[in-house]
Amino acid sequence: MNGKVLVVTSGKGGVGKTTTSANLGTALAMMDKKVVLVDTDIGLRNLDVVMGLENRIVFDIVDVVNANCRLKQALIKDKRFERLCLLPAAQTKEKSAVTPHQMKNLTNELREEFDYILVDCPAGIEQGFKNAIAGADTAIVVATPEVSSVRDADRIVGLLEAAGLTDSQLIINRIRAKMVKRGDMMDIGDIIDILSIDLLGVVPEDESIVISTNRGEPAVLGNASRAGEAYRRIARRIIGEEVPVYSLDESSIMTRFKRMLKLAR
Amino acid sequence: MLDIFTRLFGRESTGSKDVARERLRLVLIHDRSVVSPELINALKADLIQVIQQYMDIDVESLLVNLENEDDSMALIANIPIKSLKRAVSI
Repeated sequence: MNGKVLVVTSGKGGVGKTTTSANLGTALAMMDKKVVLVDTDIGLRNLDVVMGLENRIVFDIVDVVNANCRLKQALIKDKRFERLCLLPAAQTKEKSAVTPHQMKNLTNELREEFDYILVDCPAGIEQGFKNAIAGADTAIVVATPEVSSVRDADRIVGLLEAAGLTDSQLIINRIRAKMVKRGDMMDIGDIIDILSIDLLGVVPEDESIVISTNRGEPAVLGNASRAGEAYRRIARRIIGEEVPVYSLDESSIMTRFKRMLKLAR
Repeated sequence: MLDIFTRLFGRESTGSKDVARERLRLVLIHDRSVVSPELINALKADLIQVIQQYMDIDVESLLVNLENEDDSMALIANIPIKSLKRAVSI
């Protein structure tokens, strides 16, 4: 097997990297892909709690690169899908506990076993970022429609290009149709214009993300979540299906009502 | 009272997205143009070398700067000429 390594990054913190990693990983597994989620946020690990796997951790990524355990021993199987695994970050070490070279070797080893390796990158542009992108084939840049987030995304795109990752794709997260409509939030076109990178998908702001994170069950597992639907769509685009990106009209109350009544698809 | 109405019928736009877009555009022009002094010095040295083939310039008071003006950037060079060389047929 020769898996693909995707790094989920953003520069700015709190824009939804971990949520995106968890949901895309789960959605890809739902489509029968073998997936491993790699948490590289050493010292601030969170992907485990978002996935609801925090009680199963024995070994972590630092144990693996230091050969304290075998890779297989550190991989945690998901509760719901046998073919979905998590390699957790260490919580009590520092970012420097792993080097870019070690990350490259690690991702290459994971390529043998999995179709998709999703690397959840920490915020910032320092060592943690350099580690996370070291073994990646492509980058998924997550940004929210805010000045600070888009600015940081622009910086990240520049750093990714300098590192040879020239085909980054953008996910616009937490967009609010109502605010866009009344001209109080930048829309998809504005952000694409500014960053000039390809759009992978759009995820609406959705309370269900908070609820699913509370429970440790990614939103893509249920059918009721709009954000979950958007993530499932992005996952289909990742495996090469031609699916239109989530459009803001779909989040209007009328469309949702019609869909409930099965009048609209 | 007005508050209840605006809440009921959706808030009025403040058009803040246009402000955001414009501010972003400007801040990114600056972010993207962080040019190191070393780069400017190297450029300066090359410029001198090329121009000296055509005219005698005052190397000491030559100035090369990147300038931001509102929404655009320009490379401004001020190159005082001491004397033009005699015309070589071109």
